[in-house]
Formats: sequence, C-alpha cells, structure tokens
Amino acid sequence: MTAKVVLPGLLRDLADGAAELPVELQSQASLGELLDAAFAPWPILATRVRDERGEIRRHVNVFVDGEDAKRAQGVLTPVTPSSTVHVVNAVSGG
Amino acid sequence: MGIGTRKGLWLARSEDRQSWQLDGPHFLMSEVLSLLFDTRSDPPRLLVGFRSSHWGPSLQHSDDLGASWVEHPEGSIRFPPDTDTALKATWQLVADPHDPDVVWAGTEPQGLWRSEDRGETFELNRGLWEHPHRPQWGEGYGGGAIHTVLPNPQDPESMLVAMSTGGVYNTRDGGSSWAPGNTGIHAYFMPHDEWPEFGQCVHKVARDAVVATRLYAQNHRGVYRSDDDGVTWVSIEEGLPTNFGMTAVAHPREGDTLWLVPIASDGERIPPGAQLQVQRTDDAGKSWRTQQQGLPSPSYTNVLRDAAGTDTHQDTGLYVGTRNGEVYASTDGGESFSLVAQQLPDVLCVRAVTLS
Repeated sequence: MTAKVVLPGLLRDLADGAAELPVELQSQASLGELLDAAFAPWPILATRVRDERGEIRRHVNVFVDGEDAKRAQGVLTPVTPSSTVHVVNAVSGG
Repeated sequence: MGIGTRKGLWLARSEDRQSWQLDGPHFLMSEVLSLLFDTRSDPPRLLVGFRSSHWGPSLQHSDDLGASWVEHPEGSIRFPPDTDTALKATWQLVADPHDPDVVWAGTEPQGLWRSEDRGETFELNRGLWEHPHRPQWGEGYGGGAIHTVLPNPQDPESMLVAMSTGGVYNTRDGGSSWAPGNTGIHAYFMPHDEWPEFGQCVHKVARDAVVATRLYAQNHRGVYRSDDDGVTWVSIEEGLPTNFGMTAVAHPREGDTLWLVPIASDGERIPPGAQLQVQRTDDAGKSWRTQQQGLPSPSYTNVLRDAAGTDTHQDTGLYVGTRNGEVYASTDGGESFSLVAQQLPDVLCVRAVTLS
C-alpha cells in the first residue's frame, strides 16, 4: 500500500513542486523511516524538516493520521502502509 | 555590500558609494547572521549563513553575486553523530589569510569549523569542541556561539576565537589545543571572582591592520587592547562616552585605527545621549573622538556586533546598520555618513567589498 507525506506550500519547490510524496510500505514502520524514504530523493528538503540528529525541528509540526507526532513518540511514532503524514510549519514567528 | 537582516539578505551596489541600488530580499524570512565576500579567486564567491525559525539553518554560496545560489544537498555544516548536537546557526564566516581554499566558520552552539573547499563543506575543530571549559560557557541573549574568528595573518598556527559568555580562546598549534586569553578583562557579573580565567562576556574582537599581535575587544562593559596576540588585555575605555557596545571594526590598512559604536549601557541600550555615533581612535585607544555627522538624533536604536564593517576601497568606506533597518555609509573615514537604506528589518550583519 502507499502511505503519503503531504508538504506545506513553502517546501514544495524543494521536491520539484510536488504537494505529496508517496511511499510504498509493506508493513508498519516508524515515522522516521517513512520520512527517510519520502525525502531520500530530496536531501535539502530533509534538512528543512529534521536536524542532523534526525529530530523534527522545533517549529515544524508533523501529524500522523491527524495526531501530532511530537505529542506521541516523535520520529518513533508508528505509521501504517495507509497513513497520511502532514508536515506543517508551526504557527509561530514575528 | 551585503546587508543581512532579521528577515533576509539585501545586496546593495554602487558605482560611487553615494547612490546605492538594493537587490532583495534573498532568503526572505530568514535571519542572515553571517556574510563573506571571498575575493581570493575570480569570480568572487559570496557565502551566506542564515536560519529560518521554521526550517533551520542553511549556508549557501553564489559565484555570480547573488544571481543564483548553491546549497550543499546535506548541509555544509553538520555536527558529527557522536556530538549528539544539531547546528542552530552560522554566526561567522572568515577567509583564511594563508590558504585561498580555506574558510572558517563560527557557529551556535559554540563550534569552530574549517572548510578546505571554499565553504562548501566544513569539518568541526575537535580541539575547541572538546575543551574542558565547554560545559561552563554561557549563552548571551542571542545564543551561545563563536561570534569572532580571527586567524593571525602572520602565523598560520595562531588564531583567536571569542564567545559571550566564555571570552577569548587562542590556539598556537593550528587548532589542536586552545587556551583562554582573558587576563585583564573584567567580569563584574561574576560576584565571587570578577577576574576569572574565562567566562567573560566579550562582544567582539578586531585585529590591528599592521601589528598582527595587537587586538581590540569590545566587552560587555569595557573596551580593551591586547599587545600579545590576545593573552592579556589593558583597558582603553578612558575618553569614551560609555564602555558598552557590541561591535569593533579595525581599519583594514591603517594601524592603531579602530571604530566602536557605543551604547549607553547594558541597562540602556540606546546611543549615548540618543545620538547615533561612532567612536574612532588613531592611536590604539589612547584617545577617542566622536564621529556623528549624518547619523540621526534623537535615535533609540543600536548597532549589533556584526552590523558594521569596512570595504576594500583605497579610500576606506565604513558602514553601519541599525536595529531599525537603516544602513549608513561613510567614505571619509567616519567623518560624515549618508543613508544607504532604510525600512529594512533589523540589520544583523554588514559586509562590503570593492569589485572591479
């Protein structure tokens, strides 16, 4: 089945304009594994969402099927082959 | 001139340094903390360190003066896995005076980095990173970073870095080992030991243009000179309207010549007497004179640590950028200033270069 990662408009240029990145998953995986697969062709996009330790950046939120991953298990949050993951820039700034 | 601001980079070009054309913003909504015009090769390379509050830090370069930008796919500066650390921002980019391919970077958290490919990839200096004092280095309001990187142009093994708080550190063996160099710098905010080995809040250090072992430091309260390559310091604040400020800019060719931009005090971060001004010395800090013609009054802004710089013109230009988004230029050594830009976001760094 195909999980998908939905990108915010501000990051789509880094994925050649794509709004969604499909990922073929055979079984349950972690959010980190899903993002690794989705971003593999787009390494600069990967650096925008996660730091070099693999952590989701402070003012980026990632929702797994509607659940805030930072309030769950972070990049260890489980995803399924039918999951939809939204990457969202946090409503912060000045 | 590159003008790095809280919300992007502007590039200003001028034929006569009187009339300027602004191009920007580049990297809109990113804090542009560091700039380097690397003129050691043709074409010159412009390196820019910036961070987005959402998308993190980035370092990009342009070999066509901003027409196009290149970013390393995995990031030019990445902390190695064993450090369990993530880069927050690049605060300083400096061309090495000995090797035309080498660029140094100072980062937050407090890291010193060396590039051997003109700023495309960097390696962490382990000697400083693993210094036993690290756990006791502090963070100023803007964060804990190596904000000053000064290679010694006459000794490739010697370099000074500075941070606030933490103070000055020197290497004499090419970066393998580092020793604090803060003797004589007052740390009034440490009530149990106001003259510690390290922990000082040094805001900026500049190296004299002629005597490489002569340095000047604008401290959090206090202005100092070192005549032994940054080991010991003497106060040179007598004659200044205040001893507080963020920046220090040495003349690029004339020795004993330095500009400061004074701030009333740490508790009153506005210009002395609400008159934006620079203070100039031509005798290594023995005497100072106020330069303010063309600078605004009343003014309640100030100039941050990297928001002042000189160019490489034979008649040296001096540039200052303010927290309320103005940039002023002087082509007569600071005697008079004219407005280059206004209504920009807070100016964080200014660097200028003369190109043919």
